[in-house]
Amino acid sequence: MAASSQKFEYAPAPESRSIVDIKPSYGLFIDGDFVDGHGKAFKTVNPASEEVLAEVAEADDNDVDLAVKAARRAHRGWSRMPGSERAKYLYRIARIIAERSRELAVLESIDNGKPIKESRDVDVPIVSAHFFYYAGWADKLKYAGFGEQSLGVAAQVIPWNFPLLMLAWKIAPALACGNTVVLKPAETTPLTALLFAEICQQADLPPGVVNIVTGAGGTGQALVGHPDVDKVAFTGSTEVGKAIARTVAGSHKRVTLELGGKAANIVFDDAPLDQAVEGIVNGIFFNQGHVCCAGSRLLVQESVAEDVLHRLKRRMATLRVGDPLDKNTDIGAINSAEQLARIRELSDIGEAEGAERWSAPCELPSHGYWFPPTLFTDVTAAHRIAREEIFGPVLSVLTFRTPSEAVAKANNTPYGLSAGVWTDKGSRILQVANQLRAGVVWANTFNKFDPASPFGGYKESGYGREGGKHGLEAYLR
Amino acid sequence: MLEGMVATDPEVETRPIRDLDVTGSDSSLRRFLHGLPGVDQVGAEQRAAQLSTRSIKTSAKAYALDLAISMVDLTTLEGQDTEGKVRSLAAKAMHPDPSDPTCPPTAAVCVYGDLVATAKEALKGSNVKVAAVATAFPSGRAAMDVKIADTRDAVEAGADEIDMVIDRGAFLAGRYLEVFEEIAQVREACGPAHLKVILETGELQTYDNVRRASWLAMLAGGHFIKTSTGKVQPAATLPVTLVMLEAVRDFREATGTMIGVKPAGGIRTAKDAVKYLVTVNEVTGPDWLDPDWFRFGASTLLNDLLMQRMKLKTGRYSGHDYVTVD
Repeated sequence: MAASSQKFEYAPAPESRSIVDIKPSYGLFIDGDFVDGHGKAFKTVNPASEEVLAEVAEADDNDVDLAVKAARRAHRGWSRMPGSERAKYLYRIARIIAERSRELAVLESIDNGKPIKESRDVDVPIVSAHFFYYAGWADKLKYAGFGEQSLGVAAQVIPWNFPLLMLAWKIAPALACGNTVVLKPAETTPLTALLFAEICQQADLPPGVVNIVTGAGGTGQALVGHPDVDKVAFTGSTEVGKAIARTVAGSHKRVTLELGGKAANIVFDDAPLDQAVEGIVNGIFFNQGHVCCAGSRLLVQESVAEDVLHRLKRRMATLRVGDPLDKNTDIGAINSAEQLARIRELSDIGEAEGAERWSAPCELPSHGYWFPPTLFTDVTAAHRIAREEIFGPVLSVLTFRTPSEAVAKANNTPYGLSAGVWTDKGSRILQVANQLRAGVVWANTFNKFDPASPFGGYKESGYGREGGKHGLEAYLR
Repeated sequence: MLEGMVATDPEVETRPIRDLDVTGSDSSLRRFLHGLPGVDQVGAEQRAAQLSTRSIKTSAKAYALDLAISMVDLTTLEGQDTEGKVRSLAAKAMHPDPSDPTCPPTAAVCVYGDLVATAKEALKGSNVKVAAVATAFPSGRAAMDVKIADTRDAVEAGADEIDMVIDRGAFLAGRYLEVFEEIAQVREACGPAHLKVILETGELQTYDNVRRASWLAMLAGGHFIKTSTGKVQPAATLPVTLVMLEAVRDFREATGTMIGVKPAGGIRTAKDAVKYLVTVNEVTGPDWLDPDWFRFGASTLLNDLLMQRMKLKTGRYSGHDYVTVD
């Protein structure tokens, strides 16, 4: 047959960029309006091409103060509004997000580098769902059991890996509980937060209820250190989280921190292997591994290790790395040059320490920041790649012989955000999950998120829970 | 267990089956089939759903449509079938788009045994094969000698391929060796004809059963494993086909023998067919992207493939009156 002599090459299938309108420059969103910042404006780039997308204002201490004051003024009306009325705004925001989902997804992929299929099928739908979920709580707070009073002004600082999703995790429960917010998006990914500010305007949200201040670490410090802030919520690195905890120590401020992770994905010998391989791939290569709950340590039972690795490598070879806007791309760009350097550095250390490195054969684009899906074998618990969060598409493979050894190795980390268990045996799932010190344990799946399910860490992965009824606790008294 | 279940190299290893004891007794066969890795339903369905989000456009679509046409087993399996109907189907199989000589023929025409001679005659001079359903299709409920006679009859009439059904009752009752023997005997009765083994996955219900039945059919010597008769709902689904593709992939790594896969029933649109080809491409790899190793059992699918093909060539939809009604 003539047809079979060719190969099935997928032609480019790019999502249209024209749906989003990126402005040449952006201001801060304070008190319902876009205003100029007084810090040094910075540029945000498309990590897949290094193209400058826009210039973004930096908020200095004075701008942050204006934003907090606006939030304080707005709190008076917002917190006294009946919950059923607040819910209407949240429902409206949720609907607008769903209506403008394509626009949000494209912008998220351009600014962050994540593949469009992820922003389209995962991030944006969950963002909308999160607002819908907390809208439902707004008039039922007394049934949650955490009090009915809002805290006041929430200072929220979010990371670059899920810009819009982390915004939703922070803003939706805060608003539902009657708080007002000042949110700082990450400096490499501010654009969807600024589009969200437009959505707040579109929804007629009262001015000052949501304020967005852009900038880097200095802006974040000014925000969490501001004396008139009642609550600090941070998602990001453990290092910055510790600094924030020190800043707010001794103050009246309430804090929740969602920090790093080094999750174990445990595969027992009776696991459904083909699905376990999918789960391993999803666990570490989802969002280029820029996931705090990524399953970055594969713990596989020795008796099936060879088989699992063979299947895993074969599967990794089919991953499509490239243009984030191509609908067939599985793995997009690394978010920044800085992050790429860190991934390279830790991978090189892994090799130097004696672990064996294998990368999926794939051609990387010539511009932008890229790292191939990579795994390390012959990794021991003492290796830095088995202990430190790489936050990239790099998997460390370790083996175990018995369930108790698996649990001991899984828990042997300063982190405790998530874990995965793969086995066909229901009793083993329950037994192992009970012993794992991790905030989320996935059984025969990985990286599943739902607004109704609480998320948060043990140990150095932080404290407090986001999502679900538990997520209300951080915003009520 | 089979030797060489684990290949250490991503390159395909071809090894003989050293341990034929697997099929030596009912209990050893059961141990082997139940020792295969389980299939997690949620995970398998999620993987299939992910594969079906692939966006196949322009040159890739043109390739996929032609490939899909060349993989169709154009099927009529009705009580009301006549020689006239079979002849018109045969004409369509040879020239699916009479206005375009670049359109490939289908792989085969699939009929009941009594119409094999008619189909063979109508297809004379072409490369289109004649496939016949046999072994008391679709239920498979008949005595063994009747099933064998059914098979021999079709082969003698000139069938190139036999699509048999397994005894699902025996399979579900755990009488695996009985099913194995049945397939092996039909295979023998096929002589030179190729054997497709219909698992009727809609009746097996679980993916674990689909995987076990796939291995059973492959061990017993089937050339193809096929999802369904088309008479039971659900017929072919993407997750079921995915599990069967994983089975043939693993079987080749373990034994070196390549087995074909045929989803049949319920695949009606070109869009669906493309999803199956994407799944083949990413699960077994491109070796299976060939009518010798992958087929669609279908009737209405062909017309949609043809309409999409015309659309791609001319830029507009021509409508149902521009493809033939069979």
